[in-house]
Amino acid sequence: MFEILEKRSLNPTVTLMRINAPKVARKAEPGQFIILRTDADGERIPLTIADFDREKGSVTIIFQIVGATTEKLNHLNEGDCLQDFVGPLGRATETEGLKKVAVVGGGVGCAIAYPVAKKLHELGVEVHSIVGFRNKDLVILEDEFRASSSKFVLMSDDGTAGEKGLVTDALKKLIESGEKYDRVITIGPLIMMKFVCRLTKEYEIPTVASMNPIMIDGTGMCGGCRLTVGGQTKFACVDGPEFDGHLIDFDEAMARGAMYKPFERHAYEEACNLFKEVK
Amino acid sequence: MPNMSPTRNEMPVQAPDVRNKNFSEVALGYTEEQAIDEAKRCLNCKNKPCSTGCPVQIDIPAFIAQVAEGNFAEAYKIITKSSSLPAVCGRVCPQETQCESKCVRGIKGEPVAIGRLERFVADWHNAQPEAPVEKPAPNGHKAAVIGSGPSGLACAGDLAKKGYDVTIFEALHVAGGVLSYGIPEFRLPKSIVQKEIGGLKALGVKVETNTVVGKTISVDELMKEEGFESIFIGSGAGLPRFMNIPGENLNGVYSANEFLTRINLMKAYKEGSATPIKAGTKAVIVGGGNVAMDAARCAKRLGAEVYIVYRRTEAELPARAEEVEHAKEEGIIFKFLTNPVEIEATEDGWVKSVHCQQMELSEPDASGRAKPVPIEGAFIDVDADCVIMSIGTSPNPLIKSTTEGLDTQKWGGIIADEDGLTSKEGVYAGGDAVTGAATVILAMGAGKKAAAAMDQYMQNK
Ligand SMILES: Cc1cc2nc3c(=O)[nH]c(=O)nc-3n(C[C@H](O)[C@H](O)[C@H](O)COP(=O)(O)OP(=O)(O)OC[C@H]3O[C@@H](n4cnc5c(N)ncnc54)[C@H](O)[C@@H]3O)c2cc1C
Ligand SMILES: Cc1cc2nc3c(=O)[nH]c(=O)nc-3n(C[C@H](O)[C@H](O)[C@H](O)COP(=O)(O)OP(=O)(O)OC[C@H]3O[C@@H](n4cnc5c(N)ncnc54)[C@H](O)[C@@H]3O)c2cc1C
Ligand code: SF4
Ligand code: SF4
Ligand code: FES
Repeated sequence: MFEILEKRSLNPTVTLMRINAPKVARKAEPGQFIILRTDADGERIPLTIADFDREKGSVTIIFQIVGATTEKLNHLNEGDCLQDFVGPLGRATETEGLKKVAVVGGGVGCAIAYPVAKKLHELGVEVHSIVGFRNKDLVILEDEFRASSSKFVLMSDDGTAGEKGLVTDALKKLIESGEKYDRVITIGPLIMMKFVCRLTKEYEIPTVASMNPIMIDGTGMCGGCRLTVGGQTKFACVDGPEFDGHLIDFDEAMARGAMYKPFERHAYEEACNLFKEVK
Repeated sequence: MPNMSPTRNEMPVQAPDVRNKNFSEVALGYTEEQAIDEAKRCLNCKNKPCSTGCPVQIDIPAFIAQVAEGNFAEAYKIITKSSSLPAVCGRVCPQETQCESKCVRGIKGEPVAIGRLERFVADWHNAQPEAPVEKPAPNGHKAAVIGSGPSGLACAGDLAKKGYDVTIFEALHVAGGVLSYGIPEFRLPKSIVQKEIGGLKALGVKVETNTVVGKTISVDELMKEEGFESIFIGSGAGLPRFMNIPGENLNGVYSANEFLTRINLMKAYKEGSATPIKAGTKAVIVGGGNVAMDAARCAKRLGAEVYIVYRRTEAELPARAEEVEHAKEEGIIFKFLTNPVEIEATEDGWVKSVHCQQMELSEPDASGRAKPVPIEGAFIDVDADCVIMSIGTSPNPLIKSTTEGLDTQKWGGIIADEDGLTSKEGVYAGGDAVTGAATVILAMGAGKKAAAAMDQYMQNK
């Protein structure tokens, strides 16, 4: 069974869990993800592998509570078990030949960006991390990023943490100051990644964006995770989740991401009410 | 005295306008009286023409003779000599092009209802108190099966009966393959599939769900590190095809796999399900096979007005005749000789309508098949807020790309010989992974054949 070995709250809406999943831990690489179900009637949701320990056979996930399933997940505690936990899925981040990389993360996307930064750092790549949050209460993984980066820039929308402004502002400043990156890796809200990619296109810096479309099976069977990259249909679960950011049709991806909004809102409120009653 | 009625016993069904609002099984099955009466229509032909039409050569006259006598247990034994999934095949085989197409009673009337009798016998057996299963004595050899669809289940069952230590590895959280995630409850109740899997477990077969071979573990690791001496790949043909027309990624466009997976695997049709589904108010299904019929009938049950758009005519529909019949009765509207060329969007990025080219059939070509060709300038628009692409699937490249020395066809099918042996020693394959999307009975037959060959291979090693 997939026991929750550790549970820690990183901020009011972001939780870290370490799960006992030896088969996944054995193969996991940064950039890959898992799909879990909390219970026998649960939805399948994808979450990035934030960290793994092959020896202990554990896999760490970091998730933001945004809807019904993440809410249910957050109500489980150490010692509880998850119904299903399958992976590692998707392709690992490509790191070959990289010397200097800017990792640009936004919000909970930083949880996905962190293992990539860590791996690059371990490989001896010079890592500049630029992370952005709405305000200081939402900041996660600051120490971890600092430990893996030779430069760390913290941004917030309201200026309560680090500098006030957007990650694109910080990235632009670094590029303008003469930093030469052979790749930018960006992970966060679609709108943020869209603007990061637009910026790096101007400077002709190869850029990879990690895409998080809605998924079901995660094995290439349903096509629900499809997106358009360079005019071609790709399945994020098997061809990705990382793609050439300059070729992604972000507008289409944003429209597809909103497909189930009304349903999810409703399911979330129901789940919240359910837990209120229990309390 | 045989029953010389030219017509077969009607299958009791739920009334069309009742069943098109629920997901319970449509066909209710023969009673004992009906089964015996139908069995008496069989002339017990010496040369068994019907059996030659069955891909696994069930001894049809022999089992039907037992049904006629009321010896249902005996009939079951005869069927299971050749088939491991009679409750499934009796329901979903395209009988009209297989066994029943060869029945002599079909020359001057309706053929004997072989499929319905097979289903009756299997259901009768499943309703009996379960006899304790004798676990075969272990023979000390380990075999692995990848995929838990009909080919994998059949292969695992036959190996387990011979005493092999068998483990099935399945990517999804539920076993059964298409039987679980694709074919809807109203055509094949999931309890039947789970019963089959329960039977295998009783024989000692282990089922490891949540294991994506090629990701969680590779074929080579299974052989070298986990000690499996021989492996059967029954990973199906699950990769959905799209038409590559403009608008295919709009909101409201699904592959049939996604639509059916949400409904069958994730139970999105049930009140309060955690997984959402949107069948819209007007759904257009593109395609004409079993998959298209299933998607259409699911959409209908979820409350949509449903159109099937197919580029040839009714005569060419590849779906089982019964499904087409049932779909029509349930109020599904067919638009033949129409081919989508573009999906138009609303302002906020949802499907608005499907722009279709009208077609006509050309003169039959060398292969004897009439090709649909566009009628110049003739287009129609079909309003829709949901479009389901159901134009076929191909084998998933994952196993091929992670298994050294496993040869495949250009289109992705694994290359295997008559017995299922692939280009890699000890590795066998069968079912849709080899043939491309086909049928349950062919997949099951391939699994059985491979099991026999794997047995030989492991015994001679
Ligand atoms: C490959 C991949 C990796 C991911 N990694 C992480 C991770 O490490 N940490 C994390 O917190 N989240 C991650 N996500 C997003 C996560 O899967 C969703 O937040 C989760 O499915 C929401 O489930 P829910 O039932 O709680 O919310 P829902 O009720 O399903 O959704 C609530 C809100 O989130 C949006 N949403 C739904 N699914 C997604 C999605 N796949 N991506 C983005 N927004 C979505 C909805 O539109 C809605 O506004 C990842 C997604 C993918 C595809
Ligand atoms: C909607 C629908 C309706 C159909 N209706 C009919 C019908 O009426 N009559 C009929 O005869 N046929 C019908 N078919 C076709 C029939 O279901 C298939 O031909 C048959 O199921 C093929 O069996 P299989 O064992 O080859 O593969 P599948 O049933 O496809 O099973 C393959 C299994 O392997 C698993 N798998 C794949 N890759 C991996 C991996 N890397 N690691 C682990 N597991 C993996 C999959 O998750 C799946 O569970 C229908 C198909 C569909 C989709
Ligand atoms: S398995 Fe299929 S083809 Fe063979 S007898 Fe039964 S219904 Fe007919
Ligand atoms: S061909 Fe028809 S009548 Fe003859 S044995 Fe077969 S089922 Fe019976
Ligand atoms: S999640 Fe189903 S194909 Fe990617």
